[in-house]
Parts: sequence; structure tokens; C-alpha cells
Amino acid sequence: MLHIPCPYCGPRDETEFHYGAGANIFYPDPAIATDEEWSKFVFIRENPKGWHAERWVHSAGCRRWFNVWRNTITHEFGPTYKPFTEQPKRPV
Amino acid sequence: MATTTRRRSVELPEHPDFLWTARVTPKKVYDVIIIGGGGHGLSTAYYLAKNHGITNIAVLEKGWLAGGNMARNTTVIRSNYLWDESAGIYEHSLKLWENLEEEVGYEMFFSQRGVMSLAHSVSDLRAKARNYHANKINDIDSEWLTPEQVKEIAPIVNINPDVRYPVLGATYQPRGGIAKHDWVAWGYAKAAADMGVDIIQGCEVTGFDIRDGKVHGVKTNLGPIAAQKVGMVAAGHSSVLANLAGFDIPIQSRPLQALVSELLEQVHNTVIMSGMVHVYVSQAHKGELVMGAGTDAFNSYAQRGGFHVIEHQLAAAIELFPIFERAHLLRTWGGIVDISPDASPIIGHTPVDNLFINTGWGTGGFKATPASGWTMAHTIATGEPHELNAPFSLDRFITGHLIDEHGAAGVAH
Repeated sequence: MLHIPCPYCGPRDETEFHYGAGANIFYPDPAIATDEEWSKFVFIRENPKGWHAERWVHSAGCRRWFNVWRNTITHEFGPTYKPFTEQPKRPV
Repeated sequence: MATTTRRRSVELPEHPDFLWTARVTPKKVYDVIIIGGGGHGLSTAYYLAKNHGITNIAVLEKGWLAGGNMARNTTVIRSNYLWDESAGIYEHSLKLWENLEEEVGYEMFFSQRGVMSLAHSVSDLRAKARNYHANKINDIDSEWLTPEQVKEIAPIVNINPDVRYPVLGATYQPRGGIAKHDWVAWGYAKAAADMGVDIIQGCEVTGFDIRDGKVHGVKTNLGPIAAQKVGMVAAGHSSVLANLAGFDIPIQSRPLQALVSELLEQVHNTVIMSGMVHVYVSQAHKGELVMGAGTDAFNSYAQRGGFHVIEHQLAAAIELFPIFERAHLLRTWGGIVDISPDASPIIGHTPVDNLFINTGWGTGGFKATPASGWTMAHTIATGEPHELNAPFSLDRFITGHLIDEHGAAGVAH
């Protein structure tokens, strides 16, 4: 089970959270977006082997969303950051 | 040594020491390179040789043969999917299974013991009824069972209405069943190697030779290998390969766990799935109860998952099968599955010419091993998709022609 660092509550068990997949996905401009751009927005998510910026919600705790870097090989967590704030650099 | 018998009990037939001649170093040039020596990669190579007469093929496997999801799945075989496109490809697969052992000349313990899918609520009943009628329209064998009929076929199921998720009915596909996954891979590998296919283990693709939008070969830890055509059949690692080739695919890689109990007497002669309480169970030929559940929630390449997922699936299993309560857990493991947005596979062209992809089988690719290879081989050999895989193109995520199998796929997809 993952031990997830909620930036509001501190580290808690994974069972208190729900996963929100990739972070920093921005809505395209509906007035000009092409089918390819809509496809990218709706279906394409990064799927890296290594560090991944992703969203979690602390649904059984503070019920707030946050973003965090996590390594998909080791399951190690990197820095967390709040939505609409600057994304920290990808850990090395 | 190679004598095989049809015994379905504890003892398995013995193998010869070597089933095929292992090539350690690849040739410099091949007609076709298949990346991935799992079930689908091996069946692709087999059907390229058998159906299309292309035998100058290398199957490149970064680990050992069939050591990825082919070694980690729960071997459920069925074809009772919802949509016509899925019925087409999965039913073709089931028909191939029905002749496969004879065709490749190798025992695979294919056992048509039936697959049952339980319904536990009114909405669940409606969805299952819809699926049942869709199967009837597509000429796929499908039966509707009352709880009493469920009990007749599988006496160990608890149909007591006084539980949290009572059994209200079920669909049943009698032609469904299981096979022995390792033996399937070995059978395909032997038959392909007999026709001249090179199977190269410990060979990891680290890049592609792409010029003018066309693939000319691959870079590997064993050096560059040229080929006219390349097929990527890499399951959970498909995104890594696609990114090396310079494009994105709509795939997320997640852990899917399974487990077996210690060896028990034969008590369970069919396959039972329950999408609602998230468990599926069969009993292997040797006697282990084989169970699986849903995926872990997050992206991962670690081939392991959380124990709370196992706990959840065992809680469901014990309510459905009270006699499992004292059984001991022998082993759990995880594989990395390639989840697509519509729970359907992607088989066909990529943005790079002569580079083809076969991915997105997610939690349910084992049953499709024969048809996946059959259609992938056709696509590679002719340059155009077979009618069975044409709907499963990569560009359906742009056109919007999705094949939504989240319902019929369930957990035991």
C-alpha cells in the first residue's frame, strides 16, 4: 500500500485517497480546437516509466485535491504541489 | 520424452529438454521484427509464418519468453462481449482455441468448462440481460441462469438472498473456459521456431531507425537490427516503445494482481466472475484456486500492487464461496496491463510507416492470444488491417468510433 504525502494532512495510507491520473492537463480552446487536439485532451495521458506528475484526492481525509510527483518504477513520492500553482521540477 | 497424454489431473506430461533452438545473437536483417515475446508476439510470428509464408522473423524479448503478462494472467477464455466488433474478434479467437492444440501439435490444457458472470443488483441484471441478448444476436453461445441454475452448475456458490450482494442471476457461456498459459506460449514458440522464426531472449529494444517517416529497423542492447516491417506487441510497455518511436498512444499502464491458494481437491469445475463484487475464480488442473480482481488505481511499471486490493477481492470471494474461508493463500503477484480508454485493444497502423502496434488488451488479453496474432499478422503481411481488427484502429480516438467494453469487460475482462 502506498503511503501518500497529503500536503494538507501529512502522510496517510493509500486507502484514504482516490487517484486522479495525470496532472496539468489543460482544456483546449473550444472555438479553435481540432479533432486531434480534442483527442489529445480527452484520451492521451503521459505514461512514463519513471517520474509521473499526477493528481490525488484525500477523499477520506481533508477531501482536497493535490498534485504530486511519483516514480512509477519504485513508487517513491517526490514533491507535492497544489492545483494552479507552479509545477516543481521533475525529480532526478 | 515428448509424449503427451490427455490426463486432466495432478500429473502433467513431461517436456523434452528443448522445445526449440534458441538463437542467442540476432541476424543483421529480417523481413519482420516482432517486439515482445509474450503470447501475442509469439502468435503473431506463428500466423505470419503459417498464414502468410513469412518466416524470416525475429521475436525480440527483453526478458525471458512469456515472462510478462503471459505468465501472470488468470487464463480465462470467453467471447461474450457486448459490441459486434468485439464479438467478431473474440469469437474468432475462441474458434481458433477450439482447434489450437491439434493445429500446433502441442498440449495446452484448453478446457471448455464454461464461464459464468454473476449479477447482484437490478441494474447489474439489466446490463447482463442486454449483454446476453447481444450475444444471441451475434451467434455466441450464451445462457441465462437463475440463482438455482447457478447452484446446479456450481454447487459451491452461496445463493443465499440474505447477504450483502446476493446472486440474482447470471449469464453463462458453456464454450468458455481456461488453458494453461505457459503451455500456450511454448506451443506457439515451438511451432513458430519449427517454421524458421528466431526467438531472441534478453534483447531489449532501445530505439528505432526511422527515416522519412518510415521504420527501417530497431536499436537493441545486442546492436542494431534492420527489418522491412516492425510490430510492437509490448503490452504494459507499449507507451515506452511508442515514445521511442516519437508518438503518443492513449494507454495507461497499471498493476493487475492475481493470486492462488494452496492445492485443494477439485471443487469448482467452471469459471465464475463477478464484476460487481470484483472477483473471479477458477480452479487450476493441479487444484489451486486461481483468483483475480480489478487493477490497482495508479500508473505503475513495478509488477506489484497493494495488499488491500487482495484483501478486498478475498472478502468478496469468501462471501460468494464460503468454503474458501479456511483456504490458505499460497502466492500473489502482479503484472503491468495496458489500459485503453474504451477497454478495447488497438491493433493496426501507427503514424510511422511499416511500424505496427498491438496493445490495449488491458486486463483481458489472454483469451485473445490466437486472434490477436492472427489479425496482427494479417496487418503486417498485407499492410492493411484484417476486417476483424479494422475497427480497433489507433485513430478511433480521433474519429470518436470507440468500442466501449467497460461493461462486458468487467473485472475479468
